[in-house]
Amino acid sequence: MPVNHKKSPSLPPPASEVGIVVWVKKNLFSTYANGVMSLAAIVLILLLLPPLLDWAFFSATWSGSNRADCNEDGACWIFIANRIDQVFYGFYPAELHWRPNLAGLLLIGLTIPLFIKSFHYKNWLGAFILIIYPFIAYFLIHGGSFGLEVVSTTKWGGLMLTLILSAVGIVASLPLGILLALGRRSKMPMFKSVCVVYIEFWRGIPLITVLFMASVMLPLFFPEGSDFDKLLRALIGITLFQSAYMAEVVRGGLQAIPKGQYEASEALGLNYPKSMGLIILPQALKLVIPGIVNTFIALFKDTTLVLIIGLFDLLAIINLALTDSEWLGFDDEGYVFAAFVFWVFCFAMSRYSIALEAKLHTGHKR
Amino acid sequence: MSELETVQKPSNPAVWNNPKYRALFFQALLIAGLVYFFYSVVDNTLSNMESRGISTGFGFLTEKAGFGILQSLVQFNEDSSYGRTFIVGLVNTGLVAVLGIFMATLLGFGMGVARLSNNWLVAKLATVYIEIFRNIPLLLQIFFWYFAVLAGLPSARNSMSLGLGIEFNVRGLYLPGPVAEPGFLITVVAFIIGFIALLFMRQWARKRQDETGQQFPVGWSSLILLIGFPLVVFWASGMPMSIEYPVLKGFNFAGGIAVVPELLALVLALTIYTGAFIAETVRAGILAVDHGQTEASLALGLKRGQLMKLVIIPQAMRVIIPPLTSQYLNLTKNSSLATAIGYPDLVNVFMGTTLNQTGQAIEITAMTMAVYLTASLLISSVMNWYNKKMAIVER
Repeated sequence: MPVNHKKSPSLPPPASEVGIVVWVKKNLFSTYANGVMSLAAIVLILLLLPPLLDWAFFSATWSGSNRADCNEDGACWIFIANRIDQVFYGFYPAELHWRPNLAGLLLIGLTIPLFIKSFHYKNWLGAFILIIYPFIAYFLIHGGSFGLEVVSTTKWGGLMLTLILSAVGIVASLPLGILLALGRRSKMPMFKSVCVVYIEFWRGIPLITVLFMASVMLPLFFPEGSDFDKLLRALIGITLFQSAYMAEVVRGGLQAIPKGQYEASEALGLNYPKSMGLIILPQALKLVIPGIVNTFIALFKDTTLVLIIGLFDLLAIINLALTDSEWLGFDDEGYVFAAFVFWVFCFAMSRYSIALEAKLHTGHKR
Repeated sequence: MSELETVQKPSNPAVWNNPKYRALFFQALLIAGLVYFFYSVVDNTLSNMESRGISTGFGFLTEKAGFGILQSLVQFNEDSSYGRTFIVGLVNTGLVAVLGIFMATLLGFGMGVARLSNNWLVAKLATVYIEIFRNIPLLLQIFFWYFAVLAGLPSARNSMSLGLGIEFNVRGLYLPGPVAEPGFLITVVAFIIGFIALLFMRQWARKRQDETGQQFPVGWSSLILLIGFPLVVFWASGMPMSIEYPVLKGFNFAGGIAVVPELLALVLALTIYTGAFIAETVRAGILAVDHGQTEASLALGLKRGQLMKLVIIPQAMRVIIPPLTSQYLNLTKNSSLATAIGYPDLVNVFMGTTLNQTGQAIEITAMTMAVYLTASLLISSVMNWYNKKMAIVER
């Protein structure tokens, strides 16, 4: 009798294990306590979701030009639509909007190759974006040369200002943060203590006091007559503040590099700058990219505080719109819209950070 | 032999190549740079202040402030000094921080555990909460609660009554307040005695369990000592306390405990925002405990509740505490956003109004920053102590 080595097809799971009803039973009503919680959750969802959806979408007004077009029961999105230019660009002259647009498109265009696997000059492109691009963007947005009209920073605002503040904050604070992190791990006691004091000082005080200080006290610190732009003051404050957080993130990466790497680079005869720049930092920074993205998210949210010193970021523009006497009483729409914009950015970045973490973790997972 | 010695003797490096001297040189350079930096800053500041006619010193603290403050837990009126405004701001900041930390911890732990729940719906709801509120700027949330929600409440005349004498309207939340009558002190003393007795009882119970293995109903006895005993004393001393209900007088309520909408919005936003972060911390902590621990304790016959209380949470706490500390610190620092909606916290009252009136920017900023720095160091040292206590004792 020949033995049949052929594998017989696997049987379908028993009927008592598949189907929606079974899934519901298992995941929602497995025990009495579970059932009660599920019911409570369902009640909560039914109480919140339908009115919310109705307000935001079904009963909302999407087109029209003035207050009279608004539907009483729902959100009136034309309030936002009427001011969409301000929301994006602040008080930037409308006929010059192409300049920030071009700067933004340029950045997007330059960044795309960084995500293409087969692109080989990522380092050069990255350096270009970090070092040369900011100047291009500055000349485009601020103007003043190449025949471009000057648009003073007091006119910058809206989402554009929010993005500029966070981008400059992160790019400027990264090198400072790396230096501070290296200093904190230095064997020279003076360097170490100076860096520790610096980091703990900035981490210990709220950003709002930093911004206050930047706007009230910074002019006192410099010789008389030196005048600072308000935006520049805010940027200095944000960069100093953020560099302390960045330093701690980078320090985490430095600590994660095994001691053998330090010893090996010394054994090869590399001096300190070379061993850090060629061996340690490339590995450490790669490890902390998700941490840097998280810092960026925090900074992005924190930029809203500049409204307290009188800059018109996205939130401040919304606040301003809410005080318009023709459009009083649209607080819900204004804040929900601003929240949505911030949420989209932050959520996308946090997903990206999680994806990066998963991608970068492979080599280090035990 | 002598040959070997000459070989082993290190060559004498040049002075500028000697790491020891190099380190000294660079550090001296750093000190010189710092000294120059601070000297020029101080010098510039002094000359700038002189030309603007601002005097230095802390003399202004005793001067009369002459402005009112919305909410104050310590006595304050328009005759009080600028120094008093500092105290008022400090106490208000402390109030927000304590309320916020307490409520954010409750919400955060609840949501963190809920996100890991077996119940699909509950887990998803918790996830939605966390992902929404973590990714919206705190300031925006404060504005939303303050301007969009609380400002839309009915006026004091049409106040919503939430039962038990609680009134809720555009002027804030009004709760019935206890008023202590003479003789109430005995109850307070009883509470303190109960608390001390509780500490002793716990120590004794632990020692007994270590020695004999017998368990003592610590939870129930704690409840009796901490609440039951003071209640009995309260009753026996003739209930020396009355409750004052808020009553509508003119345009507003008077009596009881009034919570101004600024405080309400601030604590609400801080709680919801920080709660989302704490929830993530808690989730990460619980996930960090190896699943084998759960299986082992189930195999030992522990019930679900015991499993959480005796096995998972004590181990998870070790992972949770360090990031939890930084969340508490963040909350305390974020409470300074109060200034945006006019809640009289330290930054608003002292760094805002007082600074504007006196112009003493340096002194006031230094004092304000010193408060936050001290709070930071204090909270982190307490947490470090707790962390050390909870850390694994390895052989």
